[in-house]
Amino acid sequence: MSAAIHTDMNDMLPEAPVSRLEARVAAANAAGRPALVPFLTAGFPTLDRFWEEMDGLDRGGADVIEIGVPFSDPVADGPVVEAASLRALENGVTLRWILDGLKARKDRYNAELVLMGYYNPFLQYGLENLAADAAAAGVAGFIVPDLPLEEDAEMRALLAARGIDLIALVGPNTSEERMAEYAAVASGYVYVVSVLGITGVREGLPPEVPQTLARARKAFRLPLALGFGIKEPKQLEGFPDRPDAVVFGSALLRHIDAGNSAESFLAAWK
Amino acid sequence: MKKGYFGEFGGQFVPEMLMPPLRELEAAMRDILPSDTFRAELDDLLRNFAGRETPLTACPTLSAELGVNLWLKREDLLHTGAHKVNNTLGQALLAKYMGKTALVAETGAGQHGVATAAAAARLGLECVVYMGATDVVRQAPNVMRMKLLGAKVVPVQSGTKTLKDAINEALRYWIAQQDSTHYCFGTAAGPHPFPTLVRDLQCVIGRETRAQMQERVGQLPDMVVACVGGGSNAIGMFHPFVDDASVRIVGVEAAGTGEPGCYNSAPINLGRPGVLHGQHTMLLQDADGQIEPSHSVSAGLDYPGVGPEHAHLGAIGRVTYGMATDSQALEAFQALTRREGIIPALESSHALAWVLNNRDKLPAGGHVVVNLSGRGDKDMEIVREVLFREGELA
Repeated sequence: MSAAIHTDMNDMLPEAPVSRLEARVAAANAAGRPALVPFLTAGFPTLDRFWEEMDGLDRGGADVIEIGVPFSDPVADGPVVEAASLRALENGVTLRWILDGLKARKDRYNAELVLMGYYNPFLQYGLENLAADAAAAGVAGFIVPDLPLEEDAEMRALLAARGIDLIALVGPNTSEERMAEYAAVASGYVYVVSVLGITGVREGLPPEVPQTLARARKAFRLPLALGFGIKEPKQLEGFPDRPDAVVFGSALLRHIDAGNSAESFLAAWK
Repeated sequence: MKKGYFGEFGGQFVPEMLMPPLRELEAAMRDILPSDTFRAELDDLLRNFAGRETPLTACPTLSAELGVNLWLKREDLLHTGAHKVNNTLGQALLAKYMGKTALVAETGAGQHGVATAAAAARLGLECVVYMGATDVVRQAPNVMRMKLLGAKVVPVQSGTKTLKDAINEALRYWIAQQDSTHYCFGTAAGPHPFPTLVRDLQCVIGRETRAQMQERVGQLPDMVVACVGGGSNAIGMFHPFVDDASVRIVGVEAAGTGEPGCYNSAPINLGRPGVLHGQHTMLLQDADGQIEPSHSVSAGLDYPGVGPEHAHLGAIGRVTYGMATDSQALEAFQALTRREGIIPALESSHALAWVLNNRDKLPAGGHVVVNLSGRGDKDMEIVREVLFREGELA
């Protein structure tokens, strides 16, 4: 199936399109700063507030917004993201609600949009329909934390046919050889997980982060986004090699849950 | 076939950070499990610590009533009270050979937690057990046993606070502690290689049954029956018979209270394919792919998924998957207790309940083996509650 898709793409587009995500991170870097990539669970804290905070993140200078697609069993996430996810499900959020909402707001955001969620809701939606509807909604990429290289070929091919990136995730225990396997198929940016653990449960960044970044730098030609445990700019001081993008998840959700606006969270990074 | 798949089911749907420990485990299965020293040490533990081989018991009274020769494979007589210890001794020993110093496990009713804690204590490993906060309350005696055996029991407050959430939390712990810790997964489910590893360790059930039947009646059974939650006792019984066309194989899922649309634990009969806990398998889920809560009177069957090999054996029609309700299981529990003097676990009672309620599907005059996967001591409270409510106990 993927061969046929690639043939069709080649007929339409003689040259591979440049990833919008890659271009957007590069633009931020050209302006002398890391790209800002906030993560916000769809439908959190309420259905309406979510869309308001999306606007706030966009106004506040987000380069890419990762929209969390809630799942009942988010195994790679810590308590903050899980609680947000369950609250969103109680609020009635579905993947269709997210895609319909984005379609209705197409071209409203300056930021590029990425959907981040576990595989089963995507699978049940139907991967072909998902690729088509995500493209129509202006989505530029997907992150699926429970879909490693061994299982991602079908989804990667279907998304690629629509010009959508499937973001690779690597971590402190990902070997250089393994990163090279991802590098052969990866596009957009690379999500570098800072710690062996789950999202949002620790104070500082662990000391092995520079080594992980260095390994990833060697393996990938793509920009590197650092995530898991990022709260404030000073955490990155003293890094020999700054990440090209920074992802904030739990810290932002906590900030919003405490009654603050998403926009104000980004101010520290401008 | 793709690595780690049974037909279209199985796989490794896990965060990238779990791939290195899963590969490490695959290598250990390849290099350590078949070695003579490992086999000898495990065999000694199974015989002299756990109590293998387990008897094959004839049931004269029920046999006469049913018109078949009914046999029970007595996994209930094992140390810690169920088949679970076959798996935990194997994995704990493997972990030790791998140089790990600790085990982490999930548990629902607490049987796997107790069996893991016992194996860890025996082999000098640390042990952490994640258990849903609801189950911690429901299964207080098993919590006590785990603690006495030296395990740290962590109540899980997230999600539905039951087995599936305990698995989520144990997986999270394993991501962070993979250098020192082996995840002693409790059933033949989860990401590859767990379904194969747990099956291989539980196949001792079916192998012994085969030899015992040959010795006692000079033939293979005509039918083998086992209850299926995650499915480890069942796959351990079934797998050695899968290639024997003459042996009919029946797995029994928990139908819950039984009315249409009720909460249940029967994903092969009532669910759809999907991905949870690292595997593509049959799942209880809503239209959007959110996992639905399961229910069974027996906590050990209370899981919204099932091991991928069962999903496959069902899809290709090699195994028939039936159902038994909570009340049928309780009736079977009483029947075995009164007629044969054996108090079965409520899980195993589901297998027996299918036999009692499907007489027309039994091989008349033939040999039927039910895997009695556990003993009912742990279920006294719930049985007392239900029977008292129904006026059968004064």
